[in-house]
Amino acid sequence: MTGDMMAEIRLIEVREEILAENRQEAGDIRAELRRRGVYMLNLMSSPGSGKTSLILRTIRELKNAFRFAVIEGDIDAVVDAEKVVGEGIPAVQIRTGGACHLDAPMIAAALKELDLAALDCIIIENVGNLVCPAEFDTGAERRVVILSIPEGDDKPLKYPLIFSVCDLLVVNKTDYLEGSDFNPETLRERVLHLNPGMRILALSCRTGEGVSDWIRWLTDEIAAFRKGMAGGPVKDR
Amino acid sequence: MHELAVTESLLQVVLRHARAGGASKVLSVGVRIGEVSDLIDEWVQRYFDHLSRGTIAEGAVVRIERAPAMFRCGACGHSFPADPRTREAIRCPRCESEETALVSGREYLVQQIEVI
Repeated sequence: MTGDMMAEIRLIEVREEILAENRQEAGDIRAELRRRGVYMLNLMSSPGSGKTSLILRTIRELKNAFRFAVIEGDIDAVVDAEKVVGEGIPAVQIRTGGACHLDAPMIAAALKELDLAALDCIIIENVGNLVCPAEFDTGAERRVVILSIPEGDDKPLKYPLIFSVCDLLVVNKTDYLEGSDFNPETLRERVLHLNPGMRILALSCRTGEGVSDWIRWLTDEIAAFRKGMAGGPVKDR
Repeated sequence: MHELAVTESLLQVVLRHARAGGASKVLSVGVRIGEVSDLIDEWVQRYFDHLSRGTIAEGAVVRIERAPAMFRCGACGHSFPADPRTREAIRCPRCESEETALVSGREYLVQQIEVI
């Protein structure tokens, strides 16, 4: 490199969010769904924590009250999508091709395959992973993370991000609590240190214990969402 | 794991600003990433090298600066840095309250680029 070229080196101030484009598209999705009156939930967890079980349970309990659809993002989602369709609920499967998360453009494409006028609630079953999905806004109204008892009460220390961005924590598989060293109070403290606004519900999809609390939460959420629409847009996150 | 998606977006931002600034080559990229984000620096550079091939950003060095995780005390309002991964209870250094909230440490910002 010559001295002349050295003199030409200059600095351009950028100051731009790397994920600004995704955030923008997620905001557009949220606005569109609010306009159409469709509530969307982004469900995240590790593989095997019970996303599919919770979705199936929810559909069985509430399918006469709300019209559901499911967007399946799990890498191995064929089985999950089949189970959902088996319940008579429309499901769109996103072929992530091994991607570790869903982002707003993928959700925008999936929404085009759904008849929004015939829906009240869309549940996104995100890719099973506590790291990547936490970084990407999908345009959902609320983010929910499931943690199952066998995973341990120290997950918020290992994956603080996901516990800091979600609105609700579902502690699943409470039937495994007895005899384990999982301390629900320790978990609660760790989560609330990061995110004092987090709601926490404990349940077991297998035994049904606590499921009614979740059903009530979701029912209230959808009702509040609709009320918010009538009185103006819901507050942005 | 999501380094690829993040790096793709990063490259787009870099190229847009470089072109707008009339640059012919990007030498380095300064990025600020929050400590709470699980991003592996080495992979960002590796993906950047791969994705930028044939563009004016080919060969640019990605410099990653970590933004500390900051908590705010719910009792007295004081902001302080703390490690969200610690097993110790997080406590406000000013008033000792344990009512805290993570308020920053999730940044994903392109700060500046060095160009010719």
